[in-house]
Amino acid sequence: MRHGRLLAAILAPIVALPLVAGCGAPEDAATPKPFDLPEPIEPWHGQDGRPLPEALAERQVLQRGNGEEPQTLDPHRAEGVPTANLLRDLFEGLATTAADGRIVPGAAGRWDVSRDGMTYTFYLRDDGRWSNGDPLTAADFVFSFRRSVDPATAASYGRMLAPIQNARSILAGELPVEALGVEALNDRTVQIRLDDPTPYFLGLLTHASTYPVHRPSLEAHGDDFVRAGNLVSNGAYRLVDWVPRSRIVLERNPDYHGADEVIIERVTFYPIEDENTEFQRFRAGDLDWTDQVPANQFRWLNQNLAPALSVSPWFGTYFFGFNLTRPPFEDNLPLRRALNLAVDRTILTEKVTQFGEIPTFHLVPDGLPDYDPPVPDAAEWTQDEREERARALYDEAGFDDDNPLEVELRYNSSENHRKIAVAIAAMWKQVLGVRTRLVNEEFRVFLQNRQMRRRTEVFRAGWIGDYQDAFTFLELFHSEHRRNDVGYANPRYDRLLEQIAEERIPARRRNLMVEAERMLLADQVVLPVYTYVTKRLVNPLLKGWEENVMDFHPTQHMYLLRAASETLDEGASADDAQSRESAEPEVH
Amino acid sequence: MLNYSLKRLASAVPTLLILITVAFFLIRIAPGGPFDSEKALPPEIEANLEAKYQLDDPLVVQYVRYLGDILMFDFGPSFHYRDWTVNELIAQGAPVSFTLGAIALVLAMLFGTTIGVWAALKQNTVADYATMSIAMIGISVPNFVMAPLLVLAFAIGLGWLPAGGWDGSVSRMVLPSIALALPMIAYIARITRGSMIEVLHSDFIRTARAKGLPEREVLVRHALKPALLPVISYLGPAAAAILTGSVVIERIFTIPGIGSHFVQGALNRDYTLVMGVVIFYGVLIIVLNYLVDLVYAWLDPRIRYDN
Repeated sequence: MRHGRLLAAILAPIVALPLVAGCGAPEDAATPKPFDLPEPIEPWHGQDGRPLPEALAERQVLQRGNGEEPQTLDPHRAEGVPTANLLRDLFEGLATTAADGRIVPGAAGRWDVSRDGMTYTFYLRDDGRWSNGDPLTAADFVFSFRRSVDPATAASYGRMLAPIQNARSILAGELPVEALGVEALNDRTVQIRLDDPTPYFLGLLTHASTYPVHRPSLEAHGDDFVRAGNLVSNGAYRLVDWVPRSRIVLERNPDYHGADEVIIERVTFYPIEDENTEFQRFRAGDLDWTDQVPANQFRWLNQNLAPALSVSPWFGTYFFGFNLTRPPFEDNLPLRRALNLAVDRTILTEKVTQFGEIPTFHLVPDGLPDYDPPVPDAAEWTQDEREERARALYDEAGFDDDNPLEVELRYNSSENHRKIAVAIAAMWKQVLGVRTRLVNEEFRVFLQNRQMRRRTEVFRAGWIGDYQDAFTFLELFHSEHRRNDVGYANPRYDRLLEQIAEERIPARRRNLMVEAERMLLADQVVLPVYTYVTKRLVNPLLKGWEENVMDFHPTQHMYLLRAASETLDEGASADDAQSRESAEPEVH
Repeated sequence: MLNYSLKRLASAVPTLLILITVAFFLIRIAPGGPFDSEKALPPEIEANLEAKYQLDDPLVVQYVRYLGDILMFDFGPSFHYRDWTVNELIAQGAPVSFTLGAIALVLAMLFGTTIGVWAALKQNTVADYATMSIAMIGISVPNFVMAPLLVLAFAIGLGWLPAGGWDGSVSRMVLPSIALALPMIAYIARITRGSMIEVLHSDFIRTARAKGLPEREVLVRHALKPALLPVISYLGPAAAAILTGSVVIERIFTIPGIGSHFVQGALNRDYTLVMGVVIFYGVLIIVLNYLVDLVYAWLDPRIRYDN
């Protein structure tokens, strides 16, 4: 399978080039081929930034590639990015996000936060309704929050609600769900009490585990309440059709409080796991939006599809972890530092990954509104300086040419991970003379080995933040965190994390987090490589969405424009409409 | 014949039981579990999930319970696609894979045998060598190369057909079924040619010709049937494989068949789904092999008379 993708990736541009060249020739200009990207009509927006009605395309139908098939559409049991994309369209939490990722009022029109930061009071919108017309009430939220932490629901993301009073004990089955600190003060007012002041709490309320579910349909249909025809939701869209691993069709929800602002009438999410397939379907005009792009084809894409290519920083870090519980890295800080400095991140991002990933020496990605990661001095050095220092540290660690380090570099099977691992092994070899053995493992075997810490030495890791706060990265290295695969057990670090959780004053909290990250970097428990970027192809006629670090793109902000060619050439517009028509599969 | 059928059926039961047992314990031995992800779950949540899916009982208890369930044709809930049961997933995917597989089978039979017979009649001519070389290429070029090439040429280059997807329309079936059929066409053509040549040199054909039968009659009535025997024995398992979908073709054309469940199910440690498709495949192979034996008996008088 892996070979399949590799081969396809190699073949695609080779075979594609003559085809593109042939069809893009001037004599074909009158009949646009799907990969001739359309240009939007000008001007298309007024001074308020909203689109001009006459610039909007007649058919507001969107086709989105969406990665894997969602595991479930039950918001409380959901996990994974593809599912989150769908649920963001179907449901709305108390708070939600604007096109640029800012947190804005959602189902609650406004809220108050108590002075100690421990009590949030949410005032629901008067016109809040479910997609079947039922009013959306405070009781719905109380029911939903309780369901989300109920052990019987077996919500995998229940821990997102951990800051809420008693949530942890309820998840562990020690308290009844009624003990949860969520209360309906009246029909339209929800009050939430927290265990600790949690500055990122509003951000958590945009997560699916906090979305309301419709109690009557849950009671009527049980686990089947998520099926098309049964699902009642409160977001900008409602579910019309769901054919597993084929498509999920949503339609504008006229009962949504902001329905007047929603322009896209119908959106179909296609589960397409293979990035090359998705790419072909985009080129064939089947998709307006892809979930990813083929790796290693940046140059071709940039030359041929630049107006459609969108690359922007993401809230995630690609790094390697050192197993601190076993030799050779146990109690050997100089060695870990040497390996860290010997890696030339610029080569990795420019020559290997190629999509504009951002080289990094720290763990928490840049770009958080109120957090500046502590950048180690080494980031300012030239690579030569780093390598010189690396050699000195390597000697200090007790290794040299006659007695080279032999180390196992472990990663999960994937083309990108393999290439990076090969490149890093070569750098270690070249700079220090390290002998690296590359081991690749199937994903779940790899995860288990990482967690057991009995086999791993250096291993690949990556982390995409769950919420917009540095804590989502820092908490991974608490001695009792289950993803602490490096086995970092530093009581001072643990205490710092606990202090951060209890700290009420933002500036002090920020300083504590910087101190914690500095401690992690000084102890060199990880080898950060780059900040992830999101990369996708988007129909240039699709507007209204904005790049944001969380990569949240609700359909409700989007709209399709007329192509500039449509006004000039009637034939082309008919063609266009037809190809869109045929691209949309039948819906029953 | 009836006796024989019953015997075959009876022998299918222990075969299936062994298959189920081996598959059940094999997938459980694989490291990792269905709820693992890069975002590790807190222990209490993992416990809740295991309780919900009854994974907290001893393995033997789970095995016995599973056997009881499949006796009632209940394959349980999928651990990965949590809104669906395995029965539903197979019911949704199997017709898709069957449709595609059946089209490919028909294409492969029609073209494969025709090309094979034609090449056999032109034995050792340029035409024969050319066809067989192409067939050899057809066998050796894997699906995952052929399918993207077809997409590039017919969907993106010429724009005649959709690049993928599935909605039951014929236009979306064309490319995937051709991609599925091509290697089979090549394979069948080679088998047919070989056995046709052998048959054409046998005594009863010489007799038929000596009796003065027209060549056409000789070929269709006397040579074709025995020449197809090896094709039929190849078709049994090949049909089971093609009717249960191809993970490569499904991935490249985004087709919701059951082929990808075999691979994806195992990677996701979706225990129930893997068991479901394994049993489904097992039953299909047993049934098809049985059918092949029947067709064999019909095609080859020697087998019929022996019985």
